[in-house]
Amino acid sequence: MSTNLTARLRARLVAALPPEQLLPDSQPEYVRSYVYVFGAMTLASFILLIASGVVLALFGPGWWHASPVGHFFNSIHFWSVQAFFFFMVLHLWAQFFMAAWRGGRRITWLTGAVTFVVSIGAAFTGYLSQQNFDSQWIAVQGKDAMNAIGIGAYFNLLNFGQMYTFHVFLLPVAVAGLTTLHLLQVRRRGVVPPIPPRELGR
Amino acid sequence: MTAGTSRTARRADVDPRPARAVPYDLVREVLVVCGVVLVLVLALSAVFSSPDDPPTTIRSFAQQSPLVFLHTALGDLDGSGEIASYGPPYNQGDHAVQYLGPVSLQKLAGVTIPINTAQDFVLGPLQPLATVEPPVAAALDRFNAASPAQRKAWEAAYGTALDAAVSSGATSLQAPAAAGPVGPMLAGLLEEAQVGSLDGLLLTSSRFYATDYTKPLLFLQGAAMHNRASALNFLGTQWGMMNETGSYPGQAWLWLYTFWYQVPAIATSPNGDAIVWAIMAVLTLLLVLVPWLPGINRLPGRLGVYRWIWRDWYREHPVGPPGGTFGPAGPPGGGPRAGP
Repeated sequence: MSTNLTARLRARLVAALPPEQLLPDSQPEYVRSYVYVFGAMTLASFILLIASGVVLALFGPGWWHASPVGHFFNSIHFWSVQAFFFFMVLHLWAQFFMAAWRGGRRITWLTGAVTFVVSIGAAFTGYLSQQNFDSQWIAVQGKDAMNAIGIGAYFNLLNFGQMYTFHVFLLPVAVAGLTTLHLLQVRRRGVVPPIPPRELGR
Repeated sequence: MTAGTSRTARRADVDPRPARAVPYDLVREVLVVCGVVLVLVLALSAVFSSPDDPPTTIRSFAQQSPLVFLHTALGDLDGSGEIASYGPPYNQGDHAVQYLGPVSLQKLAGVTIPINTAQDFVLGPLQPLATVEPPVAAALDRFNAASPAQRKAWEAAYGTALDAAVSSGATSLQAPAAAGPVGPMLAGLLEEAQVGSLDGLLLTSSRFYATDYTKPLLFLQGAAMHNRASALNFLGTQWGMMNETGSYPGQAWLWLYTFWYQVPAIATSPNGDAIVWAIMAVLTLLLVLVPWLPGINRLPGRLGVYRWIWRDWYREHPVGPPGGTFGPAGPPGGGPRAGP
């Protein structure tokens, strides 16, 4: 075996995820169901979320309140998050009904479920960063829940600066990283096959 | 479990029949889906826009509800206000401290955002006004020099007069002489609030740049916001956390979290927030660990939705009588057929 660490790492990565598996041009015939598209629609919504969020970040948090163009980009961001959660929940339910953790895919489920939970935090800090009455009310209501379990001592919903940095950097990076892990797991393990009829499964 | 038995287990829970490989363009699918979602979101944005109700300011609060403002300020000064005795992370009070059994995570976390409502919300913000208004300066000096008992007596006299004014439907308050310096002090604070100074004074503290709205929001968090929120169906008992202003969808994904606040026993419990968090922590853990939970991880087979999802596969690969590894009923079909 080579003593070159770079070569060893490359060999392991290629063995775990060969290019034809990472970007496949064929799939098993059972992938024809439209249910498999919910994951791709969630990803598409996330890409749109990031793109619209980048535009909003370029001009700063106050831009969209004063500019019609800014307000339109905020609307894109707003409806993207609605689409993101709508498709993600459909994807989650579909994967549950398909028992998509079968065949060595437990980690795929785990990374997806954790992504869902972290995404709720990302959206929550987004609502706190809107700088309008909705933000104010969510902050003063949510603080009691955060304080009740000690989180509020360090994660202060009333601190706009802290919530904004969580929303535009820390949590999106976490969601993007988890999504990447999830997608790599999907490509590595492949799409979950059908549940076997009893006569064949045992 | 050995690697061998693990592989056997994996084989047993997936359909073992070989599936034919069909052409598939992953990149094209992602591009098409991105296009569809983009069109959908652009259409929703163009037609429905997005909500942006202006925030409540201390200025608007003081102008619209001066007596409620004075009531809030008096509570901050005499310590009867909610935040004055809230507890961690703001102070050592116990008004809002919650427990899970014998443990209070709130108290364990400690006071990390110290707030002294009398000093931070009333006495401190009056200092700039005192430099230009001698009556306010004299009132502050008199108040600061008085004994705690004397202060309480003044505050009580002011509170009695304020309650009477509210009951009579008055829109302003003539503080009685028995209220001593509290009258000119709170009149000065109201004046600062109505011209917008108090919003800035609570925000900036000693620094020029500011991004922390803890103090102004804590000042406003009671009656100032409650009435407006109630009209918008924002209260906790109105599924508030998942609502949005106007006729817009809010954080619908918080429905389960918000649901628990509709349960009377939880909504009225002094430890309601901690209880809801505990429930949600357990449920979240269950969600993440579904593949490892006996029974739940085989539930999809019993529900049978998978038969609809893979209906084409099962129709084209019949195996005989119904029955599935994951459930009592399998796909409809005739005799076994070799895979392609």
